[in-house]
Amino acid sequence: MTMLNERQQLSYIAGQAADARLNVELETEGMTLNIGPQHPATHGTLRIIARLDGEQVVWAEPVAGYMHRGYEKLTEVRTFPQVTTLINRIDWLGSFANEVPFILAAEKLMEIEAPPRAQYIRTILFELSRIANVGLFLGDLGVQLGAVTPVFLAFRDREYVLNLIEGATGGRFHPNFDRIGGLKDDLPKGWVDETRQVMRKLRGFCDEMEDLLFGNEIFQSRTRGIGVIPADVAKSYGLSGANLRASGVDWDLRRDQDLPMVWNKADWKVWTHPDGDSWARCWVRLQETRESCKIVEQLIDDIPAGPVMAKVPRIIKVPEGEAWVSTENPLGEMGYYVVSKGDLGPFRVKIRSASFNNISITPWVLKGVYVPDIITILASLYFILGDIDR
Amino acid sequence: MIAQLAVEVPYWGQSLLRVLGGIVAVLLPAGGIVYLFLFKMMSFMQSRLGPMEAGPYGSMQLIAEVGKWLQKEDIIPENADAKIFKIAPIIVLVSTFLLIVVVPFGPDALFTNFSAGVFYALAIGSVSVIGILVAGWSSANKYSLLGGLRAGGQLIAYELPMVLAVVGVVIQAGSMNLQQIVVAQNTQEIFGLDWIGNPFVITQFVGFVVFMIAVQAELTQPPFDMPIAESELVSGYMTEYSGFRFLMFFIAEFATAGVFAFIASVLFLGGWGVPFSWFGWTGIDSVDNWMNVVGPIIMMSKMMALVGIIMWVRFTYPRFREDQLQRFAWKVLIPVSLANIVVTSILKVAV
Repeated sequence: MTMLNERQQLSYIAGQAADARLNVELETEGMTLNIGPQHPATHGTLRIIARLDGEQVVWAEPVAGYMHRGYEKLTEVRTFPQVTTLINRIDWLGSFANEVPFILAAEKLMEIEAPPRAQYIRTILFELSRIANVGLFLGDLGVQLGAVTPVFLAFRDREYVLNLIEGATGGRFHPNFDRIGGLKDDLPKGWVDETRQVMRKLRGFCDEMEDLLFGNEIFQSRTRGIGVIPADVAKSYGLSGANLRASGVDWDLRRDQDLPMVWNKADWKVWTHPDGDSWARCWVRLQETRESCKIVEQLIDDIPAGPVMAKVPRIIKVPEGEAWVSTENPLGEMGYYVVSKGDLGPFRVKIRSASFNNISITPWVLKGVYVPDIITILASLYFILGDIDR
Repeated sequence: MIAQLAVEVPYWGQSLLRVLGGIVAVLLPAGGIVYLFLFKMMSFMQSRLGPMEAGPYGSMQLIAEVGKWLQKEDIIPENADAKIFKIAPIIVLVSTFLLIVVVPFGPDALFTNFSAGVFYALAIGSVSVIGILVAGWSSANKYSLLGGLRAGGQLIAYELPMVLAVVGVVIQAGSMNLQQIVVAQNTQEIFGLDWIGNPFVITQFVGFVVFMIAVQAELTQPPFDMPIAESELVSGYMTEYSGFRFLMFFIAEFATAGVFAFIASVLFLGGWGVPFSWFGWTGIDSVDNWMNVVGPIIMMSKMMALVGIIMWVRFTYPRFREDQLQRFAWKVLIPVSLANIVVTSILKVAV
């Protein structure tokens, strides 16, 4: 049994007692609450079976897989360029970021590198999709806690980012813009200036969220000290991204990894928080959005001139080999393990998406909390169902 | 005071007028609140476009919504206690109608002049708890059960600060009759100023704040919407209700907001009157008959201002947790309102 805090221990003992019917006189009647598969707090089809004692959770377990889409299998019957159309649907809110690790893995196998201009634009679009994703998280957080206004503000400001992505790639949700060896197109005229304006607006949006949610006493009392995940537990469950950083682990693949991307050309900071509670997870994400704006603002000014596509053969055949590339996606570490046998398409692809590992901690962290806290913790862990049931 | 209208009306006519008046006094404000605050104010605050599109200035939205609800199928869950399930929304709505009975809208424009009006209002205001509780219980749904029980705990907890907040007003006015409370506020002086009357919101400011918080909780509006909690309990006790029965809960919610705001404006904002000294009046007997026409309009504007505050809070705040909510009621609101009673009664005797 992993480390439990006092409240969790108590409820664990209560659960044991209820199981063994040891103390029938003191026992209260339990109730099994089935949250989901269709529940507003699960943003999709996740099911959580919770055994309650009053309103306290004795035992909880997530059941995923109601929406299984078989992406790993589907990639095997497609050529490498066709795979991008599939995989940007995995985490549908930060779709461009899904394409990048796969393309990088393929490029690694082919031993080519995108030209610098393409690397810059890739990084900028990567960060824009992070803003679109995490910005919506900040709004949705309010809805889970009962404040409706933030989500509409988040949708309003996400629209600006989606317009930018649409302007550059032609697609709002599924850009399908990455190619092996570079990008499909160059940026349109005036896009850079527009991006600069939008980033200024988004800074305002972050301040607004900080006032509306993070400065609110009720919000603080609902999130502080709720769902505390210590660093060692977080690491043992394989958490990544903001969930891990909120537990005090300074770990960011954008900084720690040497990929053909240009995050290191900008001046930004990896935020961590020592508390590891719901508040910390939300706060780290807010700061992350700010940092993303900063990265975009800096990179947009010095995009080098040149082509956006390296020299690649017309028919792409990836040489035999295996490659693992993972990036720091909006939700955490997302990686692709690509095995190629020298064919037009991959022989086998294993996808490691962030949400699946992030949600794996729920049975541990939900033990001993109240029903409203289930929602707070789930909201702060932040998962996308497509990312879980890929 | 004898109710004297300009024309003699037979008893059945008076009864009919009262029933119609009750429906107008409850449903008209409810519609106004829904349109003005729920549609217009919320859509401006949240950058929503929907309620600005239907009809001129979005005025047809309300009719469209009602039409939509009326079309829906009336579903009763298989394991539900059908009879009680059907009655529950009626109980909630009826408690609102019973509440309006004691509210005076003018010197003679009232349904009944009841000497223990405050007591009656506070007692009948808690009838809706029963409706909500049986709605949650009879739905045969675990979410509804949790929601109903939460509602029971919450409404009972906030009944107390509400009652205690009003005690200060009763002490200061020296009457439990709502009409007398209105007169007291409009005739008394404060700080030697006679032109302002003495709206109790000045002297009973603590009571006013506690009362409004308790009203917010009684209405199960955010931040006290634990029983509904659409993101965790999937609308709590209302989960299984559809169509017209849901609409009744919905109307009751906003009608009750209006009626409680009416009561709050009677208790704290001077009710239907403007300070009597403005017109050289000394008491209710010297009030002219046209006050029966102007009074309801004054009441309406005061009510709308208070509901505006209620709705503003509703759209801004996140939700409390059950234990935090109870702690707030028992550890903050009740001690504060008890202290308010002590201070009021000491000052009442001393000054």
